[in-house]
Amino acid sequence: MKLSARRIREFVIEKLIFLSGIASIVFVALIFIFLLREGISVLKTTSLGSFLGGKFWYPISSPAKLGILPLILGSLLVTAGAVLIAVPLGIAAAFYIAEVAPKRWRTILKSCVEVLSAIPSVVLGFLGITVLVPFLKNVLHLPTGLTAFSGSLMLAFMALPTIITISEDAINAVPREYKDGALALGATHWQTLYRVIIHGALPGIIAAAMLGIGRVFGETMAVMMVTGNAAVIPHSLFEPVRTLTATIAAEMGEAAKGSSHYFALFAVGIVLFIISFAINLTADLFLNRGRKR
Amino acid sequence: MNNERRRQSLGFGVLLFATILVIIPVLAIVILILTKGWGALSWQFLFTMPKEGMRAGGILPAIVGTVYLVFVSILFALPIGVMAAIYLSEYAKDNALTRTINLAIINLAGVSSVVFGLFGLSLFVIFLKFGVSIISGALTLGIMTLPVIITTTREALRSVPRSYREVSFSLGASRWQTVRHAVLPHALPGILTGAILSIGRVAGETAPILFTVAAFYLPNLPTGLSDQAMALPYHLYIITTQIPGIPETYRYGTALVLIGFVLIMNITATVIRSKTRKKK
Amino acid sequence: MRDFVLKAVPFVLAAFIFPACHGSTEGPQKTQTLQIKGSDTMVNLGQAWAEAFNKLHPKINVAVTGGGSGTGIAAIINGTCEIAESSRAIEEKEKLQAKAAGFELHETIVALDGIVVVVHPANSISHLTMDELRELFMGNIKRWQLLGGQDRPTVLLSREVNSGTHIFFKEHVLRRGKSKGPEEFAPRALMMPSSYAIAEETAHNENAVGYYGLGYISPRQKVLAVAKDDRSPAVAPTIDSVRANTYPISRPLYLYTRGDPTGIVKDFLEYALSPEGQKIVRDTDFVPIK
Repeated sequence: MKLSARRIREFVIEKLIFLSGIASIVFVALIFIFLLREGISVLKTTSLGSFLGGKFWYPISSPAKLGILPLILGSLLVTAGAVLIAVPLGIAAAFYIAEVAPKRWRTILKSCVEVLSAIPSVVLGFLGITVLVPFLKNVLHLPTGLTAFSGSLMLAFMALPTIITISEDAINAVPREYKDGALALGATHWQTLYRVIIHGALPGIIAAAMLGIGRVFGETMAVMMVTGNAAVIPHSLFEPVRTLTATIAAEMGEAAKGSSHYFALFAVGIVLFIISFAINLTADLFLNRGRKR
Repeated sequence: MNNERRRQSLGFGVLLFATILVIIPVLAIVILILTKGWGALSWQFLFTMPKEGMRAGGILPAIVGTVYLVFVSILFALPIGVMAAIYLSEYAKDNALTRTINLAIINLAGVSSVVFGLFGLSLFVIFLKFGVSIISGALTLGIMTLPVIITTTREALRSVPRSYREVSFSLGASRWQTVRHAVLPHALPGILTGAILSIGRVAGETAPILFTVAAFYLPNLPTGLSDQAMALPYHLYIITTQIPGIPETYRYGTALVLIGFVLIMNITATVIRSKTRKKK
Repeated sequence: MRDFVLKAVPFVLAAFIFPACHGSTEGPQKTQTLQIKGSDTMVNLGQAWAEAFNKLHPKINVAVTGGGSGTGIAAIINGTCEIAESSRAIEEKEKLQAKAAGFELHETIVALDGIVVVVHPANSISHLTMDELRELFMGNIKRWQLLGGQDRPTVLLSREVNSGTHIFFKEHVLRRGKSKGPEEFAPRALMMPSSYAIAEETAHNENAVGYYGLGYISPRQKVLAVAKDDRSPAVAPTIDSVRANTYPISRPLYLYTRGDPTGIVKDFLEYALSPEGQKIVRDTDFVPIK
């Protein structure tokens, strides 16, 4: 008697465990399905070409102009700026922390990086708009401090912890034999870093950069507060822009259920989802390639 | 050789410079918020309702709202996340299904926060008719934090030595019995770490709650899952961008409460993690 | 055993929480809540009314939220509020949406407002014609010099698309009073999250020009006088010039309800139109309608 009751209970528990296991797949699929459900209706009023390539975003006019090109370019510009700042800085800092820093400092530095990763996006946005934006306007003599560059700086802060920790993991995963061998052959520590370790850690570092890019591309609050929100095709990093994420966050509140504006915002969400998917897929490939070695 | 030495010093100097460039802003941010926000902290600020159009009084409803959201979202995400990690660590075989699950987890982790907000709006608020409510917001946040729990739990499970499992099997225990008695108890601190990190992450998110639960101003505290709620991150957003006449210390004070909460969570998690590492 | 208990605890707690799901409005005190949403321009007025109304009727809690006129109207159509504040009239498509949801939107004009155009105090310009405003905000005037001002770039500040102020400005200034037309704000205009954000940026930026309701006037920005055309005198926006209709950019402020107002909704509306309510209108720098 006892045996079969236990078996039944175990069976149920193990089924629950399996269901939880596939829960992630279910949720990702659900997200895509629900976005698609609403977003696909945007094609009733706008062709795919004029949605993705249209230069003007005037969603409440009749007829509505639903071109997200300025938004895509805005997101790309802010992301590119952030990546240019965060990737070199992050990789360099990762190398310093993993290889050069004295042991005592290592924990302090890692804690600082963890603190950075804990700062919520809205707090960075708050500091950005309160401190950084007026500062940039005065120092760089810009027409306004609300620019893509302000967004890039904020986003670089947010991407740095990801880039640093994953790069650090990759660097530490390089087999000791590589490093010891090089040193035994007479190379300096720097030469070892520069020629041997980088080579071994490269796939992991690239994965770190890609995950950082993915994180930055999907950021909402910090960019919404400092980039000025002008849905215009940007000509320079020091002008206001509008990102895909800020558009959804700022306009979703008003869009009445079932209006073309509503559908368009979901369609923007689909674009965001697909781009994140692509970035994460690529990052995963690099991570796996690194691990297999 | 001297050339190489010089090049090394230069190279190391560049790396050090980069690290300083990263560390200084972190310290500056923390010090800035601490010094400018400390003055706002008081019993009244933390435990009373806002007055005069939220320009005076306290931020209690935002704190309470955040606590509710965090509690309910972890309630949802922790069981599912831990069980999913158990599946991946103890039951899954190396096949296409497992690879797909891992891919799904990485993707879930990378989805933009505002896309989660859209998802929560269309699934919980509209389709399941929960409306703009704590349950909608908490479920959305729970799904968002699932990857964090799964990954940290999986690491915790993996760090339990294989011998523990082998001994259990050799004594005739089933797989579940092994997990439950030989593995899980030793992974508990790691699981706790993950849960606490999640709490910190969930507390700071704004975009997922924008359309699923957040309210600009409520005269009363929320009493149930179907109520709207104010929340700390959204409150910080609106007092920064929408409401004139708020003293600067209030803004910094709200930021301080938020960042303080998140940091306390992170520090607690780190302490647990290092204590268990020392044990081993 | 320990981990089983750990896992069970959340579900047990959940069992206690779920009953709390129902009935936040049914309690021993029987307080009723009135939800007002909408215009950012009117949100301070709404909150002033709410506080005064609550003093007269302690059992009625009035919650006021901003978000823009469009948000308020969408909310009342979706059923998530009882009163919508709006700084613009509802549009045809919104009337149809309401009808599809089973009711008509009842409109009450509660105050008048002027939309003021502001620049930084150091900007040498002090008045503009409607046509100049139109060209400016459509993006065709890139430097202040072209309007007789200093050699600085023009930075255009606008509200978001869900703002009644945005829509009113677009229709009455850019489109010369017509609700439809090809004219739009310049793509390079910055969409600021609120009137407050416009006020802040204008106060700090010598290049900026923005617009918001009369109620946001402060000594930190310079208010421009507006002339109907270049033959008319430029009129400064004041309570009197708005009421006399000599200031060219003025508009009514509305409260919308589902169908004819009843119960506490009716009480609130009557309060807004009462002498005390209209005094509050004046105190918040809007124009009473009586």
